Parts: sequence; C-alpha cells; structure tokens
Amino acid sequence: MIIAQRKKFEELLEMVRPYRRVLVLGCGGCVTVCNAGGEKEAGLLATELRLAARTHGLDLEVKTETITRQCDPEFVEAITTPLAEIDAILSTACGVGVNFLTERITDRRITVLPALNTSFYGATESHGEWSEKCAGCGNCVLHLTGGLCPVGRCAKTLSNGPCGGSNNGKCEINTDADCIWAAIVERMEELGRLEELERIEEPRDWSTARHGGPRKTVREDLKI
Amino acid sequence: MKCGSRLERLIAGGEFVVTAELGPPMGASLEAVDRKAEFLRGNVDAINVTDNQTAVVRMSSASVAIRLVQLGLEPIMQMTARDRNRIAIQSEWLGAAAWGVQNCLCITGDHQSFSRAGKLLGHPGSKNVYDMDSIQLVRTLRIMRDEHRFQGGDPLEEGMPCRMLVGAAWTPLGDPIPFRVTRLAKKIAAGAEFIQTQGVYDMDAFRQQMKKVVDRGLHERAAIMVGIIVPKSAGMLKYMNKAVAGVSVPEEIINRFDGKKGSKAHAEGIAVTAELIQQAREIEGVRGVHIMAIEWEEKIPEIVTAAGLLPRPQVEDDVAETVAENA
Repeated sequence: MIIAQRKKFEELLEMVRPYRRVLVLGCGGCVTVCNAGGEKEAGLLATELRLAARTHGLDLEVKTETITRQCDPEFVEAITTPLAEIDAILSTACGVGVNFLTERITDRRITVLPALNTSFYGATESHGEWSEKCAGCGNCVLHLTGGLCPVGRCAKTLSNGPCGGSNNGKCEINTDADCIWAAIVERMEELGRLEELERIEEPRDWSTARHGGPRKTVREDLKI
Repeated sequence: MKCGSRLERLIAGGEFVVTAELGPPMGASLEAVDRKAEFLRGNVDAINVTDNQTAVVRMSSASVAIRLVQLGLEPIMQMTARDRNRIAIQSEWLGAAAWGVQNCLCITGDHQSFSRAGKLLGHPGSKNVYDMDSIQLVRTLRIMRDEHRFQGGDPLEEGMPCRMLVGAAWTPLGDPIPFRVTRLAKKIAAGAEFIQTQGVYDMDAFRQQMKKVVDRGLHERAAIMVGIIVPKSAGMLKYMNKAVAGVSVPEEIINRFDGKKGSKAHAEGIAVTAELIQQAREIEGVRGVHIMAIEWEEKIPEIVTAAGLLPRPQVEDDVAETVAENA
C-alpha cells in the first residue's frame, strides 16, 4: 500500500489560513490502513483545526467527511458535503488523491491541499512501523533476486550485488537500514540459487520508471 | 596493447605495479594538484584521481587527470556511478581519453549521505543517480573501447577510439564475505583488467580470500592490486575499524600506536604500511599495491622507499624520453 505521514500541524494551520470554509476529506484506502488519513485521523485533524481557530481567533469553519477512496471517480463524485459551502479541501489522502481531486472536483473554485506527506509503497512490519518494499519502477526483477527488491530497497538501486558499504547486514547510509543485497544473497543461497547471482545484469531501462516521464496504463479490454 | 598506457605495459611485463591516490582540491586552483603530483613523480607507476570521494565536492577527476597528463604523469581517472547518468559518464570518458587519460577505475561511489561528516556540511540532500552500477560501468567502457559503440548502441565516430584500460575496485573483506569473490568474478567477467582493493589491514583474512580468487583463476584475468590506507594514528585505525565498511583492523596493528603521537605515530604508520606491502607481495595472485595516503601525499616517497619499491621500472617511452633528454 501507499504509506503516508501527516504533516506537522503548524504547517497545516498555515496552509488553511487563507480559507474560511475547509473540508477535511478522509480517504478509506491505504492511508486508513497506515493510520495517516482515514476517518479517524480526518476527524481528529478537523477537531484540532477548530480548536486552533478558536485559540488564534481565526474565522475558520471546518467540516469533515471520509470517502471510500480519493483515487476513483465514483467515490469523488459521491462527496456529500455541498461543494458550494466550502473554499478548500484539506485532503488526508496520499498525493494521488490530492491530484485526482484537483482534476475532478466540479466546483473549480475549490483549492485542494495536502495534509499528508506521501512516503512510499510499503508494508506493515509491526503495529506502527512500515517500511518501503517497492519503487514502482515499471520493470519488475523480483524473480531474479529471490523476491527482494534492489531497485526499491537498495540506496543505490544496484543491479549486480552489494557495494562495498554492506556491513553486517546493514547499509552504509545508516545502521537502521538493512542492506537488501545482503538479504538477497542470503535468500538466494537458501533457495539453492546463489549461482544465478553470478550473471551480469545489463544497465536497466529506466524509461519504465519515473525517468520516462509521467506514466499511464491503458487496458483496452477493460475500456467501456 | 589495448590502450598502451604505462600501467597496461607494466602489468603485461609482469612488474609488481605501484599506484597511489591523489585527492583533488576543494577549490579552483591547480596549484595543490601540481604540488601533490610532484611527491608522486617517479615514486609510483600511475596515480589514481579520486572522484568526489565521500561525496564531498572537489575538482572533477577528469580535469585533474588531464592536468597530470600535462605534467607528464600517468593518471587513473576514478569514475563513480553516483553523480552521472550513462550520458554524462560516456561523454566524460570521451573527453578524458581525447586529452590522453588512458586508465579509468569504475566504482559505485559513496552515498551522498557520507558528505556530512566532521566539520563538513556536505550535500546529504542531493539527488543521486546510480543509473548504472560499477559492473555496468566496466562493461560499458569495454564496449566503447573494444566495440566502438556507446551503451545505447550508436557507434563512436570513425577513427576516434576511446582508449582506456578498465579497472574496478574490490572490497575483499566486505559483507557478505562469501559473496565478495563472486563480485570480483563479475567485475572481471564484465571486463575489468585491473583491480584495486579497499584498504586491507587484516592480511590473514585477505590471504584466505585470495586463495579463493586463485582457485578460480581470477588473478590471471586481471591484475589485482592490494589497497593500503596509510594509518596516521590509533584514532584513525579505530575509526576505520568501526565506521568503514569492509575494513577491519587487527588489534595488534592498533596497539602498535599505543602512546605514540605526532611524528612518532606518523613514523609507525609508515612502518606499518611498508610491512603490509611486504606481506601483500608474498600472497599468490597479488600483482601490485595501491597506496592511499589520504591528504598525506607528501609521505609517498618515504613509504615507497621503506617498502623497497624503488626504483620504479621504466617502460619503453620513458627510456626513449630519457635518451632524448640526455642527448
């Protein structure tokens, strides 16, 4: 899923300051699972904003609502809060939601603001801990690397094994980061496939990643 | 001869080759380069020019390598994968080769987070590149040199070859240790003709790795040069032991610096270096030594003298030049 973290409250308060009527819009997708922007977090943020408005004497009216997903037209079109009654949406979705709302919101007066910093594609390690697993590079090599990704999880996106900075299973950038290549070597050995890592991987074609420009996929078989 | 560099000829001639490192300055003047270069002249066979080592901004390796060519010295231009994509790297090779740079060491490069260290602020917030890794760099340069085409497939212009001897680095005692010989094998299979290792202090552990290298016959396919980082103090060794991946320093070496400071510690550092070089020479498959005297290039003459590496062998061109000068 997409992992995100809420921005600092002070930054959000500054962000909404130019607007009088704000809708804090929660998202029921990934950000609900990673406790960053679901119904509960959107509700809490709305309350915090109302309290701060009172403390700072701001003329700020805050409404809140949560939709199933902010990245799907059917849910965006079904926002129940009357758009005429708001000036800005503070979205607690990931960056995809903010962009999609901006493009799809029918009342073009409305500004959409990000309440979160979208961090990465990751998984829940334990309650309250998430880590990155994939970079969305568009050209998956996991079948070659024992199911562990050197593109998303190596600080240098290396293709041919660990650099000299691998230290006791950790990365040279800091001791909290695992060296994914050390894990790949261990996993391939466990699978009895270590010799496959002797093969030289050619330079990657990064055009399928963000380097090729904004990406889009079209499935003709699904188009109506 | 693939490129005719002095390094290539000495390796081909079976000489025990000696290289040292020259760190470019953090400023726009060649004075420091020229000064350091003179400490190395006649004392080493080729000079590695580091490429923004530890991700700290310095004068570019290509420009300093070109300066060394102008001074009549032989550079080994280092090229990291960190800062340039394949377009910039290949372009840099063309330029450097055109100016007479004939050797390149292809390395991955320290992560930019290394740049903030000690008193330096560095650029830890910079974007890294790593479009290719070190092995792919080696392969790409070999293709440019031997097949006269760029990585993308386009040919180099007719009659304008990119002649460079291709090298790679090796961290023999890095983790995971059992995979390190595989990494070396991949670098050699990709086309590395010479190898310079990360600094080695633990000669016993290195000897064990070299045995595996020799068993695979890798030492016959590339010239392996042992890297020695010249120690200056017990503090420096302890720091490297703790903080530098792939470098382990045996206690007995650290203990040799006990109670020694200043010039006494420096003398001990030179003695340790000379001994390490002697030990390395005895190891089967070792074809040379790469001395890293970090910001201490002025000690190179003393080190090579102590290690019994002088005089350096001459190659045909040198002989011709000497004859011409004497005439």
